[in-house]
Amino acid sequence: MKTFNYHTPKDIKEASKLASTSSAFLAGGMTSIPSMKLGLATYKDIIDIKHIKKLSGIKVSGKTVTIGATTKHAEVANSKDVKKAIPSLAKLAGGIGDAQVRNRGTVGGSIANNDPSACYPSACMALNAIIHTNNRKIEAAKFFKGMFETALKKGEIIEAVVFNIPDKSNYQKHPNPASRYAIVGVYLAKYKKEVNVAITGAKPVVYVDKDLSKALSNSFSVSAIDGIKLDSSEMNSDIHASGDFRASLVVTYAKKAVEAC
Amino acid sequence: MASLVGSRVERKEDKRLLTGKGRYTADINIANQTYAAFVRSPHARAKIKKIDISKALKASGVVEILTGEEIAADKIGGLIAGWAIRSEDGSEMKVPANPPLAKDSANFVGEPIAVVFAESLDEAKAAVDLVKVDYKVLKGVINTAEAMKGETIHDGIDKNLCYDWLLGDRKAVEEAFAKADKIIKVDLINNRCVPNAMEPRACVVDYNTASEEITLYTTSQNPHLSRLIMSAFGGVAPENKLRVVAPDVGGGFGSKINVYNEEIVCSWASKKIERPIKWVAERTESFLTDTHGRDHVTHAELAVTNDGKFLAFKNETIANLGAYARVFGTVTPTYLFGPCATGVYTIPAAYTNVKAVYTNTAPVDAYRGAGRPEATYTIERLVEKAAMELGIDRTEIRMRNFPTEFPFKQTLVHTVDSGDYVASLEKAKQMSDYKGFEVRRKKSEANGKLRGIGVSSYFEACGIAPSAVVMSLGCGVGLWESSEVRFNPTGQVSVYTGAHSHGQGHDTTFAQIAADELGVGLDVVDVIHGDTDKGTFGMGTYGSRSLAVGGIAIVNACRKIVAKGKRVAAKMLEVSEDEINFKDGEFVVTKSNKKKTIGEIAFACYLPGSRDSEFKSPLPEGEEPGLIETSFFDPSNFSFPAGSHIAEVEINPETGEVKVEKYTAVDDFGRIVNPLVVEGQVHGGIAQGIGQALHENTEYDETGQLITASYMDYTMPRADNFPEFNLGFTCTHATSNPLGVKGCGEAGAIASPPTIMNAVIDALGGQEITMPATAEKVWKACKALKKPNSKAA
Repeated sequence: MKTFNYHTPKDIKEASKLASTSSAFLAGGMTSIPSMKLGLATYKDIIDIKHIKKLSGIKVSGKTVTIGATTKHAEVANSKDVKKAIPSLAKLAGGIGDAQVRNRGTVGGSIANNDPSACYPSACMALNAIIHTNNRKIEAAKFFKGMFETALKKGEIIEAVVFNIPDKSNYQKHPNPASRYAIVGVYLAKYKKEVNVAITGAKPVVYVDKDLSKALSNSFSVSAIDGIKLDSSEMNSDIHASGDFRASLVVTYAKKAVEAC
Repeated sequence: MASLVGSRVERKEDKRLLTGKGRYTADINIANQTYAAFVRSPHARAKIKKIDISKALKASGVVEILTGEEIAADKIGGLIAGWAIRSEDGSEMKVPANPPLAKDSANFVGEPIAVVFAESLDEAKAAVDLVKVDYKVLKGVINTAEAMKGETIHDGIDKNLCYDWLLGDRKAVEEAFAKADKIIKVDLINNRCVPNAMEPRACVVDYNTASEEITLYTTSQNPHLSRLIMSAFGGVAPENKLRVVAPDVGGGFGSKINVYNEEIVCSWASKKIERPIKWVAERTESFLTDTHGRDHVTHAELAVTNDGKFLAFKNETIANLGAYARVFGTVTPTYLFGPCATGVYTIPAAYTNVKAVYTNTAPVDAYRGAGRPEATYTIERLVEKAAMELGIDRTEIRMRNFPTEFPFKQTLVHTVDSGDYVASLEKAKQMSDYKGFEVRRKKSEANGKLRGIGVSSYFEACGIAPSAVVMSLGCGVGLWESSEVRFNPTGQVSVYTGAHSHGQGHDTTFAQIAADELGVGLDVVDVIHGDTDKGTFGMGTYGSRSLAVGGIAIVNACRKIVAKGKRVAAKMLEVSEDEINFKDGEFVVTKSNKKKTIGEIAFACYLPGSRDSEFKSPLPEGEEPGLIETSFFDPSNFSFPAGSHIAEVEINPETGEVKVEKYTAVDDFGRIVNPLVVEGQVHGGIAQGIGQALHENTEYDETGQLITASYMDYTMPRADNFPEFNLGFTCTHATSNPLGVKGCGEAGAIASPPTIMNAVIDALGGQEITMPATAEKVWKACKALKKPNSKAA
């Protein structure tokens, strides 16, 4: 690993000021540290935001669950409040990586990195999440731009993610057997007027599958999506799974998610 | 005194290893050490045109940079193949030079080209990036099956063929095939595995400029053998000026048998730069450069009668050696593979033909089981298919072909001294509720799942030793083992062994053996290994040989101690030797019940002189003081553990996921020294074999880049991939050693891949599928099933 300057700003303002074109914010470091160790990423300045208290914590109101950016996956997974309000979100957090990753990795880090096979982006999309930064509020649909690419600007820091509590929801994952990232992850959320089926792992960036969402909005049943065949041409294809396999898995897990609701 | 051998003694080494107090090579630091980092080939095959180190030499902290030019100039030898194998036509095998630093050409991604020594690791790594190597990139030969058609990798080695080896009688086989009712055929790929020891390879070298002695701390399964190879073939230093220490080693699985480039280079360079050197592999380096395992492409046929009798067997295999032939590289696909390929069956005629090929991939060498898993996979897939095609129950067809009398003269090489194959299969059937399978299959079907059952019966030739045999088969050295047992004056015992523990639990099991033989407590026995300056010579640990060979050397040394003790006791008790009985640590005069403990005898041996009769020595005339004995044991035969494993898997046809629902293993390891340790070995072996069968995929792309070179892409099996293993044992004693023990370290990894694959293929209605049976492959196979098992479609 190349040497770098390590900063521990006390507040968000100071953290934002330190940011430059050769800096990175560090939360759990579950992606950035390995990338740096492998020489895939080098930074002059590492700005550790873990110590900014305001960024961490879980709040549940009547309609929303707000999770601070540096809240760890394990905290979300074990939170009684989250388990009660959106059990599938707690389940998703409890299935990320392994115990070590869950005790360090954070929701803010996960969505800022926007790995195409990360779990959290699908929850943000399905649960119509609003991402609060130090400058603005961004709808999930406008946040995830492309592979490892988000709407965040230089110096912009995620403060919290606000999830809308659905009537019913479920998360199903076909884990990559090696990394346990999602080969395909299906987050299904049912609200009064709509059903959102958000998919991670299948394409270069998380998306809401319109066909599945529409069919389930019309009739919330396994049979409503049973015959659906997805176009595999835009699906990721790699040594772990072909596009065809992913396309099939999306429907399979969507059905499982409906069954589990 | 209750016998310690056979007891579930908790591992003495666990306190150290499980509380972070182990001392591994990377834990060792020497004052003034430099850090080594290697420049490695990014290409699978390339000519090295020029190496420019000028910029790197000027970089911060750089002490020295050395290349293949310097190591060749100093006449340092390269890496070696330890076994000479002859082709069917009598010609000698073709082995390319394998210099520690490649000088003219690089032949696999990761091959070391140059080395940087610097004051810090960061500086060494930064300087590596500044070394400019001018390559002429050539088209690599990657695929095992196609290797003979590729460009010639090594000058003078036509078709990239190391040897074209035959064991058996082609004519007899063809005659038997002509008379067969049916021929069963399989085409198999035994997938390449990366060993993935938990501890990456490492070395720390300390050169003493005054004594001119090199001390090499290294991650080795066989420090004495490493010293011999480095001295005799590497020319690094004479043996008396080279001390090799393998301290705690975190797993080997065969990958730490070889002396590697880095150890030779750092040892040589430490003398040159007169500074200590430390090198620790990063995980990527382990993936790229540790010797890999398996990688066979096999076509095999079994000639059978309609009532399921096996008549003849043929096996045509292409074995990938990787870029170079290493220590056990050439013997693993021949004498460790061919003789066992007829399995636990009486088959009148057989042959195995192996073409070993070079490719531009990491060298392939012994990997847990080494040749015997490949052999077992071949025959057990054939037998299962034969049962299916003949409509005979899979256990019944095995029973019909098991030998029932021992010694059993196996078709090709071995005379198996003892065994009871019927007993272990019967017990496995009973423990796994074999009869109840159809009920469980229907239950799975009702849930939309496909359930399959698989059996594998195996034997293996292990305890790799008999020097006369192995040397006649081409081994460069004899494979005996040695031990020295020292009684200290105050009554503790130090047991030195040439075997090496890197997870096997020798600190405990060897102590149990010595404590029983000497009649002392386990707490006063220490086992010492892993240092060429401590104890006698040794050949190390691989091929499940430590107990059956090294353990017996301990027994024999202990028995020499007791024999001397008896002579001394007789003198002290003023009786003749035959009036003394040794039991539970006491030399007792049978008639009078007068006695001396072995501790008293040891004290007397070191401090001759007695208060009873002042100037009279307690030692018999001519007896030397001290109580230390050495023994070298060279057994008369291999040891032949055997058993039967039965697995049940459940497949989700929609996701392709394979769940191992039940796993039953019944093994015959002869006498068991410590059931706790043996069960641990079996668990680990089964897990490793299931890893190969279902998870581990080593994939090179067409340019020879290893695209599964990290844990993000290479799937290691994890605890949640397994059910609880249901273990049972049968016991027939080995006759080739006084304890009656057989090896147990590799059995799990030998038996489990065919057991699991037979179950998967059964669930898929007989559809063949290659290892690893990953979700997508299984999903595709499920789609191809027309109406799989009625309801499950």
